[in-house]
Amino acid sequence: MSILQTLGGVLAANGLVTAFAFVGLLTWLSYLASNRLTRGHVHGSAIAILAGLVLAWVGGVFTGGSKGLADIPVLAGVGILGGAMLRDLAIVATAFGVDLRVIRRAGPGAAVSLLVGVFGSFVVGAAVAYAFGYTDTESMVTIGAGAATYIVGPVTGTAIGASSDVIALSIAAGLVKSMLVMTGTPFVAKAIKLDNPHTAMVFGGLMGTTSGVAGGLAATDPKLVPYGAMTATFYTGLGCLLGPSVFYFAVRAVFG
Amino acid sequence: MVIYGVALLAACMLAGVFVGELLGKLLGVQANVGGVGFAMLLLVVICDALIRRGRLSPVSQQGVMFWSAVYIPIVVAMAATQNVVAAVEGGLAAFLAGSLAVAACLLLVPAISRMGRVGAGAAGGGAGEGPGEGPGKEGA
Repeated sequence: MSILQTLGGVLAANGLVTAFAFVGLLTWLSYLASNRLTRGHVHGSAIAILAGLVLAWVGGVFTGGSKGLADIPVLAGVGILGGAMLRDLAIVATAFGVDLRVIRRAGPGAAVSLLVGVFGSFVVGAAVAYAFGYTDTESMVTIGAGAATYIVGPVTGTAIGASSDVIALSIAAGLVKSMLVMTGTPFVAKAIKLDNPHTAMVFGGLMGTTSGVAGGLAATDPKLVPYGAMTATFYTGLGCLLGPSVFYFAVRAVFG
Repeated sequence: MVIYGVALLAACMLAGVFVGELLGKLLGVQANVGGVGFAMLLLVVICDALIRRGRLSPVSQQGVMFWSAVYIPIVVAMAATQNVVAAVEGGLAAFLAGSLAVAACLLLVPAISRMGRVGAGAAGGGAGEGPGEGPGKEGA
């Protein structure tokens, strides 16, 4: 017992180091499963990301917290490793070696994809909200904003004064989107010709969820990550800009 | 030295996020507008210039490449710390709002991807397959 306690103490006291070991082990097992169980058809990193999500669910159920595995004291370091700071550092690092000419040429298409992506998500989310009986302007706009990303939802909802249960729903919608993009991208990549930097930039602009795009492209083809992430990083800001303003006024004009 | 690469990367990220933060304030938005994107552009431009002048040794470059290489493990850690329970508890409305938004936008990827290419005046001969590189050479 005291040996286990000592071990737990060591793991908890060295959180980030524990996270390196833990994620390494998880990745190794995932690649093993990819080779043995799917003969490499499902990419190891896709399995690792899916396993991460399942473990996050287990952690959430087990602890009642909101940070997945990181709410288990021994694994709190996973929260540092997977937090916004190191995630953004690593995303920036992936830009090392990207082809600037591709970015310059994809610029106009990427800008269009951002606008279409943000407004498309707004409209679809608001329509679903309406279908489920959330017919007041604030709720429709907030849930629509949540369908953009789980940050745009609460930012918009707070700005226009939506109720807290609607804001929670908007966050859930954004989380569903992010997870679906994370796990589903490798499976639809071929169908939407997501195999080149140009399309990756458009994909990033249309999907917008940085975590989803980052994970989805990583599991599809790591070379595409910087291109998708580059446009996706503008999406949340654009959504926060348009949600409580243009979109809110548009919905109010139609339904208010 | 490796630390030079890491420091360069860190400086680019901080500068980019700072710009994104300022842009957010300027636009009156409670969010960082494109900070990571600016940081990426900054890193590409600076590294390109330094390498061309031979001022960023291969060892220093490893400091950037390490972080690029641990990107996927970091994404796995990120996945493992998401609030999956909340997403599941959001019920059908949240699930449909999220998944239909994804489906609608996915369907638009090929169309906008093609539109962007035509708009940028990429040579038509490149046909779907050619990833960026081909038209680039023709353009130059």
